[in-house]
Amino acid sequence: MNKPLRRVAIFCGLLVLALLIRVNWVQFVQSDQLKNDPHNRRVAIERYSTPRGNIIVDGKAITGSATTDVGDFKYKRTYKDGKMWAPVTGYASQAFDSNQLEKLNDAILTGTDDRLFFSRTVDMFTGGKQKGGNVVTTLDAKAQKAAFDGLGNSKGAVVALNPETGAILALASTPSYDPSTFAGMSNKDAAAYNALQKKNDPDEPMLNRALRQTYPPGSTFKIVTASAALENGLYTDVDAKTDSPVPYTLPDTAGVQLKNEGDIPCENASMRVALQWSCNTVFGKISGDLGNKKMKAEAEKFGFNNDMIDTPVRAAESIFPKDNRPQNAMAGIGQASNRATPLQMAMVASAVANGGKLMKPYMVDQLVAPNLNVVQQHTPQEMSRPLKPENAQKIQSMMETVVKEGTGTNAKIPGVTVGGKTGTAQHGENNKDNPYAWFISYAKTAKGTPVAVAVVIEGSDTLRDDIAGGKLAAPIAKGVMEAVISGEK
Amino acid sequence: MSSITTTTTIGTFVAPSRRNTEMALLVFAVLIAVFAYVNVGLAKDGSVPAGALGYTVGLGLLAGVTHVIVRKWAPYADPLMLPVATLLNGMGLVFIWRLDQEPSLGKAMAPNQLLWSALGVALFIGMLILLKDHRVLQRYTSISMVVALVLLIAPVFFPGVNGAKIWITIPGLGSLQPGEFAKIVIAIFFAGYLMVKRDALALASRRFLGLYLPRGRDLGPILVVWALSLMILVFETDLGTSLLFFGLFVVMLYVATERTSWIVFGLLLSAGGAVAVAGFESHLQTRVHNWLNPLELVNGGVTETAQAMYSFGSGGLLGSGLGQGYSRLIQGIAPKSDYILATVGEEVGLAGLMGILLLYGLLIERGIRTALAARDPFGKLLAVGLTGAFALQVFVVAGGVTGLIPLTGMTMPFLAQGGSSVIANWALVGILIRISDTARRPAPTPAPSTDAEMTQVVRP
Repeated sequence: MNKPLRRVAIFCGLLVLALLIRVNWVQFVQSDQLKNDPHNRRVAIERYSTPRGNIIVDGKAITGSATTDVGDFKYKRTYKDGKMWAPVTGYASQAFDSNQLEKLNDAILTGTDDRLFFSRTVDMFTGGKQKGGNVVTTLDAKAQKAAFDGLGNSKGAVVALNPETGAILALASTPSYDPSTFAGMSNKDAAAYNALQKKNDPDEPMLNRALRQTYPPGSTFKIVTASAALENGLYTDVDAKTDSPVPYTLPDTAGVQLKNEGDIPCENASMRVALQWSCNTVFGKISGDLGNKKMKAEAEKFGFNNDMIDTPVRAAESIFPKDNRPQNAMAGIGQASNRATPLQMAMVASAVANGGKLMKPYMVDQLVAPNLNVVQQHTPQEMSRPLKPENAQKIQSMMETVVKEGTGTNAKIPGVTVGGKTGTAQHGENNKDNPYAWFISYAKTAKGTPVAVAVVIEGSDTLRDDIAGGKLAAPIAKGVMEAVISGEK
Repeated sequence: MSSITTTTTIGTFVAPSRRNTEMALLVFAVLIAVFAYVNVGLAKDGSVPAGALGYTVGLGLLAGVTHVIVRKWAPYADPLMLPVATLLNGMGLVFIWRLDQEPSLGKAMAPNQLLWSALGVALFIGMLILLKDHRVLQRYTSISMVVALVLLIAPVFFPGVNGAKIWITIPGLGSLQPGEFAKIVIAIFFAGYLMVKRDALALASRRFLGLYLPRGRDLGPILVVWALSLMILVFETDLGTSLLFFGLFVVMLYVATERTSWIVFGLLLSAGGAVAVAGFESHLQTRVHNWLNPLELVNGGVTETAQAMYSFGSGGLLGSGLGQGYSRLIQGIAPKSDYILATVGEEVGLAGLMGILLLYGLLIERGIRTALAARDPFGKLLAVGLTGAFALQVFVVAGGVTGLIPLTGMTMPFLAQGGSSVIANWALVGILIRISDTARRPAPTPAPSTDAEMTQVVRP
């Protein structure tokens, strides 16, 4: 019986060998893959085992970390003025993942980024706990506060840019939410998160209106139309009379007429006067005369039809569509299927204010290691040149007229040159919904052009005329500009 | 020149008893387990655990007493089996105690496990003292068969736990897993039966395609066992016991008859049975599905299978350190029983897990060595049967948990939480030690022949 016994011994040896090979396969070959599998809870436990790095505004952290007793995650995120900063920071929740800056810079904030290798190695040898790095933003706390307080209880968004660098100074969206309320993983956090979802709160507090929502830009788009007219040589003198009838019959239609809001001097008005009073007929005709191709090309230079505008949080794509002639004429006054994000309209204002040069918008200035070494430093980049400098000067002078003695007088700041454009965008079928009030502007001081702003307010049901933008949105823009300028001094 | 020296020692060679080796290894085994225990305490609370002294004394006492008993009642026993079993049991206690520190895993189980281990060791000791010769077991062939059948069928009449009916509950005493004891009793029954029938099974066969085909009537027992194992599978949905039971029988048949054809038949029958049952048993289908898709989400949640894989993967080469893993993420009681290897893999890593597997391998090979050394066919068959059952159980559990084969609900011998298991396995090792003692015992010196003297009387 010894021969089969030896074979059984070999068989048992093979069984053990198979087990050894299998555990080597799982624990050596597949180890990294299993260890880092997103469903492996250890990834999350590790992630929340140390305090997260902070997001910094004006040298102060707008985030923090608190220890928690619920579940196996040790630290959770806290926010200072969470509602005000939510459109900037996004949220980082134990239960609901993260988004925006919290998500994009997660590796730096948790300290796992490869660029923090040195600092991690030092921590390992000194026995220190892994620390997260910080994200230094370009935002201006005063401007942000002015924007957020200015929006108040209304639904809307504000974006302020530094036209010379593209740095984002304010990024407000209302109604907002406090990401602290669901940073943990308790039932309370889940309830808070669910209450904020669109199906439970039609106001969509978690929607980042400044970057992720597109609106019909309304009359503010006339700045782009005016730029197209100048760049394409349709008109060269902004004070010369244009060939514009009132009303203007849309091309290729059986007499569909484009009218103006109220009784304003638009017939054959110069571009300056037309912008001053926001004449639909003049700019509708410019767009109609230039044609869709040229209008679209100019809009794209300003950043329309670009789905890759990363601040680094990606902005929604603003649209100037390829369209037929009557629709294109309507698009020239910011109606039809023309759509823009508040960021996009702030970019339009800042390109004009920056002498025709559009800077790439950004809101992360530096990524900083826990030992305060700068890991990454943003350098301002030019994105495009929608305007020649002389044409930019012309548009600036027209926008300044709007504020001095046109629809935008509410944005006047004593001792500061302000240029702006109002807008009230109709939407909904047959304009049944409340219009959007727009205002875009920039402010110039002796030192340069520190700020360009776009403000949009949804559902201003009290006003339907073109003055709405001037009445509702301009004061907010003014507040933001004043906040930036006061910081400059 | 040189003088003639005799080098042959046949007949006079006496195998060394190796009891001192065993003692040294036992000290080593106890020390490793104690260090591991202290390590867990330091990792979890930063202090030496309060029970450290008690644990050391307890484990040391168990090891010491067994050693003394073996020295006295089985002096020629294999020196490796006892230390290996002690180390595995000691490490099992450490892992269970370590998992007791996780509040989410329910009440503490290590104290009970220590009690069961002590009971197992008591049974082991009793067996060595009372069972002077393993051949006595041969007498209980038919009783073993009845007992085995009762043990295997009993769970059918009790409610299933987690989809498998492998428990019988005795009011006031708790639950018992009769399958663990059945494997010993079945090995005794098979050994006795095959010893009698082996010639008939081996020789009365026709040669066909290079294989010795058994006669129809000799196929009887294998078909009966096959049917029985299928019934266990169907009525108790216990793939593990079924596989163990059938595999054990095939291995013993093969050893008894030395005919490869029995293995071929065995494999064909088990494959056929498995496929047939898998066709309508959803429980088995689920297990095979989980095996093929270990990381799949079920209802948006991570499965136990996936959690075990994550445990192994996160452990990596050297492990997270005792007490510093997260195998508690495998919910419920499973981490302490079926899935205890996941904790081993995560906390002591690939290195530690391979160490544990090699300990099992060592114990298995020592068991087969005992079978080789045994002088009587019954002892050979019994030793290989017990060892084979042990090996199959280790393979089925470890292979299931690591995803090598579909998961079956059995416990890791000595390591996993479970009273029946630890008691039965101590009994199993006890029988093996008894057989090895008999096998390695020097042959008795021949009795002086009185006749020899008589015939050489020289008359004056």
